Amino acid sequence: MGTVGAAAYSAGVDEALVEARGLRKEFGDFTAVDGIDVTVHRGEAFGFLGPNGAGKSSTMRMVAAVSPPSGGTLRLFGLDPATDGPSIRARLGVVPQRDTLDEELTVAENIRIYGRYFGLSRAEVRRRAAELLDFAQLSERADSRVEPLSGGMKRRLTIARSLVNNPEMLLLDEPTTGLDPQARHVLWDRLFRLKRSGVTLVLTTHYMDEAEQLCDRLVVMDHGAIVAEGSPRELIQRHATREVLELRFVEDDLSGHAAAVDGVGERVEVLPDRLLVYAADGDEAAAEVHRRGVRPLSSLVRRATLEDVFLHLTGRTLVD
Amino acid sequence: MTSGAGRPAPSTGTTPRAVSVVARALPVPAGAGMARILVERNVLAFRRGWVLLLSGFVEPVFYLFSLGIGLGALLQTVTTDAGEQVPYAVFVAPALLAASAMNGAIFDSTFNVFFKLKFARLYDSVLATPLGPRDVAVGEITWALMRGTLYSTAFLLVAAAAGVVTSWWALLALPGAVLIGFAFAAVGMWATTYMRSWTDFDYVTLAIQPLFLFSATFYPLAAYPDAVRAVVAWTPLYHGVALERALMLGDVGPGLLVHVAYLVVMGLVGVLGAARRIERLLLS
Repeated sequence: MGTVGAAAYSAGVDEALVEARGLRKEFGDFTAVDGIDVTVHRGEAFGFLGPNGAGKSSTMRMVAAVSPPSGGTLRLFGLDPATDGPSIRARLGVVPQRDTLDEELTVAENIRIYGRYFGLSRAEVRRRAAELLDFAQLSERADSRVEPLSGGMKRRLTIARSLVNNPEMLLLDEPTTGLDPQARHVLWDRLFRLKRSGVTLVLTTHYMDEAEQLCDRLVVMDHGAIVAEGSPRELIQRHATREVLELRFVEDDLSGHAAAVDGVGERVEVLPDRLLVYAADGDEAAAEVHRRGVRPLSSLVRRATLEDVFLHLTGRTLVD
Repeated sequence: MTSGAGRPAPSTGTTPRAVSVVARALPVPAGAGMARILVERNVLAFRRGWVLLLSGFVEPVFYLFSLGIGLGALLQTVTTDAGEQVPYAVFVAPALLAASAMNGAIFDSTFNVFFKLKFARLYDSVLATPLGPRDVAVGEITWALMRGTLYSTAFLLVAAAAGVVTSWWALLALPGAVLIGFAFAAVGMWATTYMRSWTDFDYVTLAIQPLFLFSATFYPLAAYPDAVRAVVAWTPLYHGVALERALMLGDVGPGLLVHVAYLVVMGLVGVLGAARRIERLLLS
């Protein structure tokens, strides 16, 4: 595994690889990123969680040193992307939202030529390509064209390619969007290994399970601003209860039921198709609902997730 | 493994701060001096499509035989703008060399670049590495010129074998063709950055066809009335044709430097424009 990650960095644990203060991005009249403060430390897995259009990708492009900030300050590895773009990009790995593989080349050639863009020698990229294809479980497809690969394979190849320069920090924009559950789990496993080997991960996602699986720390973004920050566990503790009772009813209008269960838990959220009762003990809440004579079609007790955090903070669901 | 061995060290990383500040003040988009790697990528991608090389070569050769030798049999001789009597094939061969240098450069820098820019999104991934927009522009134009040089060399050999090359100055027609290719590839790539869809390429044809037909390609400039002559004398392919014709017929004089200067300026403006547009499109 050590061959793939950027393992041995002896720098202090608190070294900030990304430091953004009041960072803004505007496109004409539209404000995509509205003054955010973000610090990512070496070795962390850091996530931007939010729905489509929250400003995650615009932020990622600025952090990738391919999009100049419209305002605020941004330091990457302590350098200014406006003047040191090439040296910053030399230390980054980028996995864009849409695969940008070179379809005119083979799988192995994709990695090799990408290494050449970073100034690596031909012998070096040949060696790296073999290692990375192994890591991405694509060795058998080394001489295949890119086009016939499955979505999961292309994604793994994109990640393998992004590692060719031994990046200190890997930027992943929606790494598993559009993949089936099995392909997602294979990918998460590879990202775990990278993290263990010391690569700093920065990713965006609108899947709360992905954020919970991968991120040590994350920010929740909405309308270009950060609405909460912390570890997944902290955020759930701060903005949700331990458990959630989900109630579904026959009726379409849930307002009457919402009033009836008011006070059962700490709080009730009304969704178009169900009520969410936030309580420390879900079973106890369910019993209380029953005692009040409310008869739901179905009731389900589950642990609170980041989805609940997002709902509480923005009044909306993440994926809609 | 530690990072040391594999860690790339682009030259820009050690650029003194003052230099990068100066570089930013100039309107020249950033590059890491790594355009050659993009050329390497194109060679790699092209290895499987080498048959395409043939098309760039056969077209001007077909023209040479059809027009020069076929039509030339009817026309006998032509009086050049330099006042010389030459067989028609000898007269038209340099113009065909110039025109094919233009056509090849335009094809490479418009259709191929548009595909890579909009559909393959090649440059998005390239710009995520130390390479900058200037590397992309210089790399693509260099690649177009490398292919163009190959075509022009082959054409000159065929022309010499067909007996239509009359002067040793014709050896300089090869760098001449590369210069023509540079000017058109650079401006072509710049224009491509403004294209929205494939239909916009009709404008390219609209611009290229009259240049091909009316740039004193098939007859001397003297065939035009004065007013038209003045207009034609400002168009780019005319300068290419005039340069190649003078070199291949051995009419060499300091006046040729005007043609050279025209094409050099055109090429430089094109590279700068293309790089700046790529920066605006992809690094916004």
